[in-house]
Amino acid sequence: MAEGLTGRGASPVGASVPPGEPLVRIRGLRFAHGERLLFDGVDLDIPRGGVTAVMGPSGTGKTTLLKLISGQLRPASGTIEVDGQDVHRLGRAALYRLRMRMGMLFQSGALLTDLSVFDNVAYPLREHTRLPEAMIRKLVLMKLEAVGLRGVQAQLPATLSGGMARRVALARAVALDPDMILYDEPFTGQDPISMGVLVSLIRHLNDASGLTSIVVSHDVSETLSIADYAYIIADGRVMEAGTAAEVRASRSEWVRQFLDGLPDGPAHFHAPAPDLMRDLLGEA
Amino acid sequence: MLDPLARLGRSGIAALARLGEAHLLLVGLLGGTWDTLVRPRLLIAQVYGIGVLSTLIVVVSGLFVGMVLGLQGYYVLSQFGAAESLGIMVAASLVRELGPVVTALLVAGRAGSALAAEIGLMKATEQLSALEMMAVDPIKRILTPRFYGGLLAMPLLAAMFSAVGVLGGYFIGVGLLGLDGGAYWSQMQAKIDFSDDIVNGVIKSVVFGLVVTWIALFQGYAATPTAEGVSRATTRTVVHSALAVLGLDFVLTALMFGE
Repeated sequence: MAEGLTGRGASPVGASVPPGEPLVRIRGLRFAHGERLLFDGVDLDIPRGGVTAVMGPSGTGKTTLLKLISGQLRPASGTIEVDGQDVHRLGRAALYRLRMRMGMLFQSGALLTDLSVFDNVAYPLREHTRLPEAMIRKLVLMKLEAVGLRGVQAQLPATLSGGMARRVALARAVALDPDMILYDEPFTGQDPISMGVLVSLIRHLNDASGLTSIVVSHDVSETLSIADYAYIIADGRVMEAGTAAEVRASRSEWVRQFLDGLPDGPAHFHAPAPDLMRDLLGEA
Repeated sequence: MLDPLARLGRSGIAALARLGEAHLLLVGLLGGTWDTLVRPRLLIAQVYGIGVLSTLIVVVSGLFVGMVLGLQGYYVLSQFGAAESLGIMVAASLVRELGPVVTALLVAGRAGSALAAEIGLMKATEQLSALEMMAVDPIKRILTPRFYGGLLAMPLLAAMFSAVGVLGGYFIGVGLLGLDGGAYWSQMQAKIDFSDDIVNGVIKSVVFGLVVTWIALFQGYAATPTAEGVSRATTRTVVHSALAVLGLDFVLTALMFGE
């Protein structure tokens, strides 16, 4: 059972919450995936108007956290409030109204494969507005221009590279001008140019549109370079929280190992297993 | 001692839970009726995908089944001096049984498996989740048009199957074996009853259309979002659809034609 980097010894941060009224307030979150407890009483606040990074090793539940915030998954206990509304107490219609104020960039892009790039970005506008087609065209072209992909508007998603598909998905995610965008591992598998463009795009979009952004990632330097606030989660707990500078300067042994990518430390690379020699000899 | 019993209980509960999920999906599909009616283009696209693109296999199969019925029927009937009744035998077999049943099996194999794979892959590639995040209900927007597409296409395909099969029987009986063409058609016209034969055949194909499309959509929607999960969903679609169609055919036949 490969669990990635896991370890003990780091002290959990209790209610390390940023000041001010948060847009997302999570209290006492518990969630298990099968037998595995991903969140064990997590408290976490996402401040309005900034970029908040949620980082941690693979398999710690970062994507799950986004799905919990957006109401795609239900916690075992605890509450998640978005703009004062308890996400998991909302009816379907109210949840959909709330989701119209959220955009989500999926790790895979999740573009509708039978629609062109243009139609993918136009999709939420056609579904939720009664704008004339001429206006939708202008809006879509502006969104595609913002991500630098106006030139591929007629292409199908299958003809795009992974990085381009994610940028189209970003244009779609901001099509309805949401209040908040959830980014799921936006930098994974990007070439250096796409990575640089995406990093600056996320920051630029956030500042230009007055958004709140949650960036889930394990790309430490890129994520911290644009984050105002950061959380590091592992073992079902918040290991560190604070401004990007505070997290970078953390003295926690566990956090240092994660941020610096060190092989030795409280977090173990290997999943628990019997002695290798005994295992090879069939004695384990 | 108790382990096998516990396993049996667990699998029974799991099967019941899955059946419950399938029925909840059916309720969701029926709940999306209005959304599909106000977006006829989505429905037309699915009638094309499920119906029009299945035409070739249905027509060719219908032709061969009709030709085989012509041959087999002629040799049996001629032993009793009733070869002139070939027309009614071919038409009744096709309209009552083979048309709806074989068409349903063919549609399950061609369009049902494609539906399950498409929905399963949309789930695996997070397209359904993306729709949810865009505040668009994937059951209403993606699944329901496919459901009604299958429901509409099935009786039309079954009608085509039967019509081409009757022509296949004619080519063999009249064209090859020298039966009288007038007797072939007039016997058929006199003995095939509109409500007993044709309407009942249409009812069967509508029921099969509902069941096959429902099974395909459920298997795709409930598929484990992996390559293996989608593969299993397509296999299950064909197997479950075939069993459901054959089982339901018996029940419907007993209800419609039993004394």
